[in-house]
Amino acid sequence: MLGSLTILLVFQLAGEAISHGLGLPVPGPVIGFILLLGALLIRRGVPEELRTTATGLLTHFSLMFVPAGVGVMVHLSRLRDEWLPITVALVLSTLLTVACTALVMSWLMRRFSHKEEA
Amino acid sequence: MTPRLSDIWVYLSTTPLLGLTVTLLVYQGAFWIYKRANFNPLLNPVPISVAVLVLILTVTSTPYQTYFDGAQFVHFLLGPATVALAVPLYPQLGKLRRAVIPVIGALLVGGVVAAGSAVGIAWLLGASNTTLLSIAPKSVTAPIAMGISEKIGGLPSLTAVLVMVTGVIGVISAKYVLNFLKIGDHAVRGFSIGVAAHGMGIARAFQVSEEAGAFAGVAMALTALASSILFPLLLWLFTRY
Repeated sequence: MLGSLTILLVFQLAGEAISHGLGLPVPGPVIGFILLLGALLIRRGVPEELRTTATGLLTHFSLMFVPAGVGVMVHLSRLRDEWLPITVALVLSTLLTVACTALVMSWLMRRFSHKEEA
Repeated sequence: MTPRLSDIWVYLSTTPLLGLTVTLLVYQGAFWIYKRANFNPLLNPVPISVAVLVLILTVTSTPYQTYFDGAQFVHFLLGPATVALAVPLYPQLGKLRRAVIPVIGALLVGGVVAAGSAVGIAWLLGASNTTLLSIAPKSVTAPIAMGISEKIGGLPSLTAVLVMVTGVIGVISAKYVLNFLKIGDHAVRGFSIGVAAHGMGIARAFQVSEEAGAFAGVAMALTALASSILFPLLLWLFTRY
């Protein structure tokens, strides 16, 4: 637990250092995520302890959205002023995104998966 | 009695312990309800916890900053949790390699539609610039969306709220949209929920099947990766020309 948590923090720290050091637009934890994926590929497997810690952290993923979400109280007046564009944009855009992604992916799968299945 | 009780309150309300403990208690209560309701998407624990906490803070007139001094310990875990997303992605790499063209095509179209339609519709209906920049990464998982929002000049905390609302809309509606379009393939169903509704979509997709969940996870990770590179690049090009 302690060891694998340290591994995650070391990768995050390396990601932050690269992001800030090189002035990259990519957030540090994302670079840490890419670095960890690369390390797993080189190692050809996930250490059991790391898998347990990662699963534990990600099980409570949604809890971590809460403190920032409570920040809504700071934005209540903006949300009250702009509720119509925000609501319509979020609902329509989400429906469109699900539909377009699904249609494009199933069309491409029909086009490109035949060779392997045959 | 009363003065002593208020002394205790004055002391506790200034320590980080209170914000942290209240966050964990409220979330676990909300999660218990969600579990009892068979994971009904309408009862997602995040919006419920947020609503209860906002109510508590408002009633006790506690400023958000005081609350966040404690809750930041939970907030901090978003960083290592994002790094940890590499772990569930790793065993899916083989499956992913076989569907690489459909996945990349759907990712690019879905990502452009997610950001483009949200910004376009909000702009048409007269939203402010700050709102437009904060709504753009709304389909990306929260920690990354907040990072993008900060980099492109939006409000990260507003983005977090918009991301959550998007997640709730996605998990409620995706099933009906996909059934209407007669999409039966679980890889496609999972992937499109992941592109549109990030982490909340993954949790939902895993309840349908392993395959749907795995592809939702891949979708969230790839959306996060592609957006964190493409958004700032687009903004940079935009401000340059």
